[in-house]
Amino acid sequence: MFDLQGATALVTGATGGLGGAIARALRAQGARVAVSGTRRDALDALAAELGADCPVLPCDLGDRAQVEALASQAEAALGSIDILVNNAGITRDGLAVRMKDEDWDRVLHVDLTSGFTLARAALKGMMKRRHGRIIGITSVVGVTGNAGQANYAAAKAGMIGMSKAIAAEVATRGITVNCIAPGFIESPMTDALNDKQRAAILGTVPAGRLGLGAEIAAATVYLASREAAYVTGQTLHVNGGMAMI
Amino acid sequence: MSDVEERVKKIVVEHLGVEPDKVVDNANFIDDLGADSLDTVELVMAFEEEFGVEIPDDAAETIVTVGDAVRFLEKNKKS
Repeated sequence: MFDLQGATALVTGATGGLGGAIARALRAQGARVAVSGTRRDALDALAAELGADCPVLPCDLGDRAQVEALASQAEAALGSIDILVNNAGITRDGLAVRMKDEDWDRVLHVDLTSGFTLARAALKGMMKRRHGRIIGITSVVGVTGNAGQANYAAAKAGMIGMSKAIAAEVATRGITVNCIAPGFIESPMTDALNDKQRAAILGTVPAGRLGLGAEIAAATVYLASREAAYVTGQTLHVNGGMAMI
Repeated sequence: MSDVEERVKKIVVEHLGVEPDKVVDNANFIDDLGADSLDTVELVMAFEEEFGVEIPDDAAETIVTVGDAVRFLEKNKKS
């Protein structure tokens, strides 16, 4: 089950904890994985770990020209993009009443627009091959909202709506478009929380613990697989029960 | 049959999986050849690739039959 031998994948934000876990899991199932991110050294280290034949494609997703270039570079390096994982995301938190235009714009560009640009580019080849998987890593806050994250919540909710629209357009071509919505996941960001903050968060999670990157990666492998061909336009919530939607 | 006509018909036959004898000048992609809206977009993209030309949306909307495509491409083709 979930064999990805012969498949190719592009993962954005691969230098982050989640993106790295996703790239490793896709590779472990046999896919060739191109990794993209902003930090060249971290990408090189990940590529070395993934083994031979793992293209490293640095990109600032806030820059549309670079995003367009990334899609063609990935197709050139891999031969095709069978699986696109729009994982990259940034936050610029602040209460809406004080949020700066640049913080709104930057988050929308990186977290939402880049995903559309890459999907549009990848779809052409996917339509020709009559097969493709587009997976957006959104967030529970895209569905529930969260104070201080108007920009991030808008981008993540936008990704869900965009995925549903594209899913409807290309379903007849063997292409599925889905989202995964993580809850609280262990990361350098959650490591920085103090005990009190951590306890407060865990109080909202029925599972009583934070999630692991590998648990998001496993959901990604499923949606990327041939076995998930009949699942499209969906959002898979992986959050320990903190929001049952 | 002109060279353009031949190439257009080949693309239509391959893409829509229809019998070559159905791909006549006045055949409407949607009504006669069973294309859906995404098929028509894919056909336009295939024509663009084959003939090295960009077909803007407003021009694409006027290409509804095989003959429309042949005439547009004869006028605008680059390769």
